[in-house]
Order: sequence, then C-alpha cells, then structure tokens
Amino acid sequence: MSTVSKPTHPADSTRVRIRLALVGCNHRTASVELRERVSFTAQQAVEAAAELRRQGILEEAVVLSTCNRSELYGVPGEGFAAREDGSAIADEMEAFITSYHGIPRADLSGRIYRWTGADAIRHLFRVASGLDSMLLGEAEILGQLKTAYGQALDRGLTGPVLNRAFQGALEVGKRVRAETEVGARPMSVSLAGVKLAERVYGNLKGHAALIVGAGAVAEQVIEHLCNREIGSLQVVNRSFGHAVELASRTGGEPIAWESLEKALAAPDIIVTSVSTAGVVLTRDMLNHALARREGRPIFVVDLGMPRNVDPDATGLYSLYLYNIDDLGEIVEQNRRAREAEIPRAEALISSHIAKFESWRATLEASSIVDDLRGRFRQDRDRLLRERAGRMENLSVEERERFASVTNDLIERILETPTTRLRNGGQMRGRLAAIEAVRHLFGLDDSGEGVGPGAGLDKDQE
Amino acid sequence: MLEPVLEPMSNHMALWSLALYAASFVCYARILYAPQVWLGRLASLLLAAGLAAHYFALLDRSRATHMVPYDDLYGSMSLFAWLLAVTYLALEMIHRQRSVGAFVTFLLVVWIALLDLAPRVISAPPPAHGALFALHVALDAWAYAAFGLSFVLSLVYLVQDRMLRSRRQGAAFWRFPALDVLDRMARSSVYLGLLLLAFGVVSGFIWQHRLTGSFGLGDPKVIVTLVIVAVYMAYLRLSRSAGWRGARAAGMCALNFAIVLFSYTFVNLYLTRFHDYF
Repeated sequence: MSTVSKPTHPADSTRVRIRLALVGCNHRTASVELRERVSFTAQQAVEAAAELRRQGILEEAVVLSTCNRSELYGVPGEGFAAREDGSAIADEMEAFITSYHGIPRADLSGRIYRWTGADAIRHLFRVASGLDSMLLGEAEILGQLKTAYGQALDRGLTGPVLNRAFQGALEVGKRVRAETEVGARPMSVSLAGVKLAERVYGNLKGHAALIVGAGAVAEQVIEHLCNREIGSLQVVNRSFGHAVELASRTGGEPIAWESLEKALAAPDIIVTSVSTAGVVLTRDMLNHALARREGRPIFVVDLGMPRNVDPDATGLYSLYLYNIDDLGEIVEQNRRAREAEIPRAEALISSHIAKFESWRATLEASSIVDDLRGRFRQDRDRLLRERAGRMENLSVEERERFASVTNDLIERILETPTTRLRNGGQMRGRLAAIEAVRHLFGLDDSGEGVGPGAGLDKDQE
Repeated sequence: MLEPVLEPMSNHMALWSLALYAASFVCYARILYAPQVWLGRLASLLLAAGLAAHYFALLDRSRATHMVPYDDLYGSMSLFAWLLAVTYLALEMIHRQRSVGAFVTFLLVVWIALLDLAPRVISAPPPAHGALFALHVALDAWAYAAFGLSFVLSLVYLVQDRMLRSRRQGAAFWRFPALDVLDRMARSSVYLGLLLLAFGVVSGFIWQHRLTGSFGLGDPKVIVTLVIVAVYMAYLRLSRSAGWRGARAAGMCALNFAIVLFSYTFVNLYLTRFHDYF
C-alpha cells in the first residue's frame, strides 16, 4: 500500500521524447546508382519503418523514398532519448540502411546527411516545400510525402511527434505553393506550352488538340493535355504508321498527312514537332483555318527545330504562336522568378518551425517538470535511507505525515517553474530554460530511473 | 434653379469608405504579385467594410440634405461607385476570382477621388418622386456600374493579351483569369447592363409619360442612351465574329464606356432638359 498519494499530472504516464532524427541521402549527396541501391519501394518503406521500431532504434518512424531521395525520419527509441548530440541514433539509423540494403558502410560514407531536432524539422519542411528538390518547387514531392506519411500512419508507425511534424510539413508545403511563386510557374517547355494555352482558354477540358509530328517533347505535351481531359486529340505524321502508333498510345485519332490543312480548323491547340526541315504550317494555311473558325483563337506550340510554323504567322489576329525558344525563355524567366521567391518560402518555413518548436516547448515543459519531481523524490528517498537510523523512533503515522509534508514541499517548489516553463515568455526562451533545468539538475545524464514514477512511493510499495 | 449643397466629403463615413477602398486596392494589388490566402480575404473584407461605410455615407448625406443620392452629380457618382463595388463583390464570390479586384478597386478609388471635382450644386429637385422614378434611376445607375465592370474586365483582357503576345510574362500574368474567362465575364456584365438599362429606360418613359403626358424622346439624354444601347449591342455582335473576336472587341467594350461617362457627366450637366438631375 502506498503511503503517499501520487501526484496527478496528465503527462506523468509517459516521458515524452521529442527530438526528431533524420538520416538520408538525396540527388545532391548521392549518385543515381547509389540512390537506386538505398531506395525503398512503398512496401519496403513501411516494412523498414516497422523494423526500426521493432529493433527499438526508433519509437516513431516514417521512411520517405522517391527517385531523388531516401530518408528515414523518426523519434529515437528509449536507449537513445537522453543522448543530446544525436550521433548515436544517427549511427544506428545509418547502420540500419546499410544492413537493410546489404551494402558496405563505406559506400555511404560522406553521402549521407544526418539531422536532429530543429534541423531535421527544417529539412522536412524544405523537402515538402520543394526547396530541396532537383526541380525547384516541383509539386510531386508533396504527394509522395503525403503517401509515405499516410502509409506509416495507417500502420500505426507514427506517434504524436511525427504526426505533428508531417502534418506541419504538408501544411507548409501547400502554403509555399499557394502563397509564393516557388511552385507557381511552369518549369518545363512542355508544361509551359500547356500553361500558356490555359491563359487563353482557361480550363482545357473539352478543347480539341492536333499534334503534328511525334517528337519526344510533343509526347510530354500530350501527357499534360490528357491530364487536363481535353475533348479530342488528333495525331498527324508524315508516316501514317507512326501517327497510328502514337494515337493508339495516347487515345487519339490518327489522320493522314494529306488531310493536315483540312484538319487545321478544328483544333484549339496545335503542337508541331516535325523533325524534317522546312515549314509545315504556312501563314496562309493558318489564316484560312482562322477564317473557318469565325475568329476563335488558335494556340500553336512549335517545338520543331528548325521551326515548323512560318514565323510570319505571329502577326495573324487570333493566333498565339510560341516556338521552342519562346518557351525556353519563359521557362528561364520562371526559374529566376522561383529562385527569387526562396527567401519568402524560407520565411514561411521558419514560421512553421516556430509553431512546431512552440508545441515542442509545451510538451518538453510537461516532461521536464515530471523529471524534476522524480529527481526530488529520489533525492529525498536517498536522504531518508541515509538517515534511517536516526528516525527509528518515528511512528508510521509520523512517517506518513513526513512523506506528505515533503511531497507538498516538492510540489510547492515546482509550482513556479511549472507555470513559467509552460506559459511564460517567448518559446525560444522557454526551450533554453528547459535545457538549463535539464543541465542544472543533471536530468540529461541518463535515464536512470528519473521520472514521475520514481521516488518514495515506488520504493515503499 | 441651382443651390449650393453640403461639402461632398464632409462626413467621416465617406472618408472612411475611401480609405477602406484604398486599403483594399493595396491588398488586391499585392496578391497579384505575392498571393496569400489571408491577404486575399483581407482585401475582400476591406472592400466589404468600405461598402458598408460608403452605404452609411450615402445615407447620412441623404438625411442631411433631404434628398436622394441621385439628385446631384456627386450623389449619383457616389451611388454608381457603390453599385459597381457591390456588383464586383458578388461576381468575385460567384467566380472565386480575386485577380480583377485590383483594377476594380483602383477605378473605385479614382472615381471617388474625382467626386470632389463634381460640381457642388444640385438642380431643382425633380418634379415628382416615387417608386417608379427611384426604380428608373437605380436601374440605370446599376446598368452603368455593370458597364463599368465590363470596362475593367476588358482592360484586363487587353493587358493579358499584350503580355501573351509579347512573350514577357510578369508575376501577375499567371494570376490573371484566362482570356476566355475575361471575355465571358465582360459579355455577362454587358448583358446585365443592357437588361438593367432596358428596364430603367422603360420605367423612365412611363414615369415621364405620367408626369408630362409625353415620352420626351427628343431629350439628348435619351438619344445618348440609345447610342449606348447601340454600341454595346454592336459589341455583343462583333465579339463573336471573325476579325473582331478577342482583343478588338475588348478594346471596343472599353471605349464604349467613354460614351457612358459622357452621358453621365457632360450630357447631364449641359445638354439635357429632363435629366439635369441625375
């Protein structure tokens, strides 16, 4: 039977470890060959995260693996929680990657980055925002991050820290794309062509397109157009066989080269990429097509080199003509604009990191107060044991009263620090105060039983 | 008979509305370059607050001068601006498209700033008041506001078209609505304007007939109004024909608004006999 009533505190059942650890490599640190060797399939990513938990390396785990990066995110397990420098957990996570993929550790030497705490959070938020991507601001990574997190969440591999971190990352990723130019403008020639067509027609759903020739970039344009559910797609090529082949792959309709001029009146968007020399679409052909369309505009993307569309056609009313150089110039403008937006994106990321850190500070405060309580009780018990001989004459009631009074004393001592650590001042100051308390009272030395449950009650039970 | 009228911007509400419209313009302009959700919402909120202040300014002024806003050019122009802003805000909510807001609020601010230049006199009050007369004036003012909106949309169209052809796209380019959307919005505004004007003119004729026994067809205001109807009908027709569809039609729509302004100001002030009140 317990002689002293236990303090009731919502956080006293668990001691929260809130340092995030990250180990990984990306397109900047590792070659494509190495990235292939350390990549995880979706299934492997979930299995690896579960294994990291099973081995006690991580308490919460998410594995993010795309063609440009493989990263392990996690909250260190019990054995690593008190180690402040994070090197032990990073070593362990790195060792896990090498053993999982069966590659020599030396192969990863210098190719791996290791972050903990706020640095790991910043990296995660930068990844979500597309700032760490090969193509600055690309949107796919946000979806990939969401999928990786969602799978880990479904399997119960995440916890409060990773949930908070990844939800924050998804939020900041969306905000960066919505509120800055980092992800706003097209960065490839094919997408620039399609986006410009949208500047004319708005939603491309239901519009008609004609593809003249079958170059590689034209296929990318077709893919973008199909993603936008265009109404009809016609493919024309000097070789009808090629037209049929491309049309069958893209769900389009092949038409004979001889019918090209006749077909020009129907499409709203024309994409040309005929590799043979010479102009394929003359000004007169396009002028006649416009006349038959009662002035409805035609948007032409000329991806041919040399150009497939007569440059004089630029002056035609209701015709919007862009060649590969025009699109290249627009992509270059956009690249510069995206880069110029990086500081704004970083500022958004910093504000979200501050939110995360604030949440961390609140959680840390609860944890540190519990640790302090445990430490004080432990010291009291040690003192009692040392002086046990002098207290032999005390009755049970007196001992109980003594324990009760000292408990009250501990609670009173903790009252002000508790309030100030939980609510007082700036978040940065609170985190510094928490670190200071940890250091002053030796709470960062090890996990040697210091915790809310430690103390007289447990010993006497 | 002309009498002096109260200082137009005398009440605080009018100044508040101008300040709120200006603040709203700053936010709308800012989101073209640095789109932020909260800033867009703030822009709309400031515009709505400006509308509320503007409404109370109109109300205060009417109470102070014992007349409806359209009794003088100042009040009428002020009412026009209010209706323009209301119409725009409704369109913004329907289309969820804030990128035109900068242009509309800019026009609003300039328009209200110009109010101080409006002659500070009122004509003799019209010989009769009543629901029909109020309907006539309100519908016509609303029609002019709709034409004003089509003017703004057409200007944005021309800017967008120019940027597309120049191949040098600024930051705002990717935020503007597509040409097709702008074209349809401008046409919708013109349709609305013509519809309102038709009802407004018919109610005016009926009211005039009740009052004087004639329709006052020879009045310059009536003639200019018919010209307005004709040029906007021509715009609607040409904007779907080869050779005009697109930028030329947008240019025409923008120019048509000059005739509306002419009718609103010069004709009312100097030419008309029956419409020397507004």
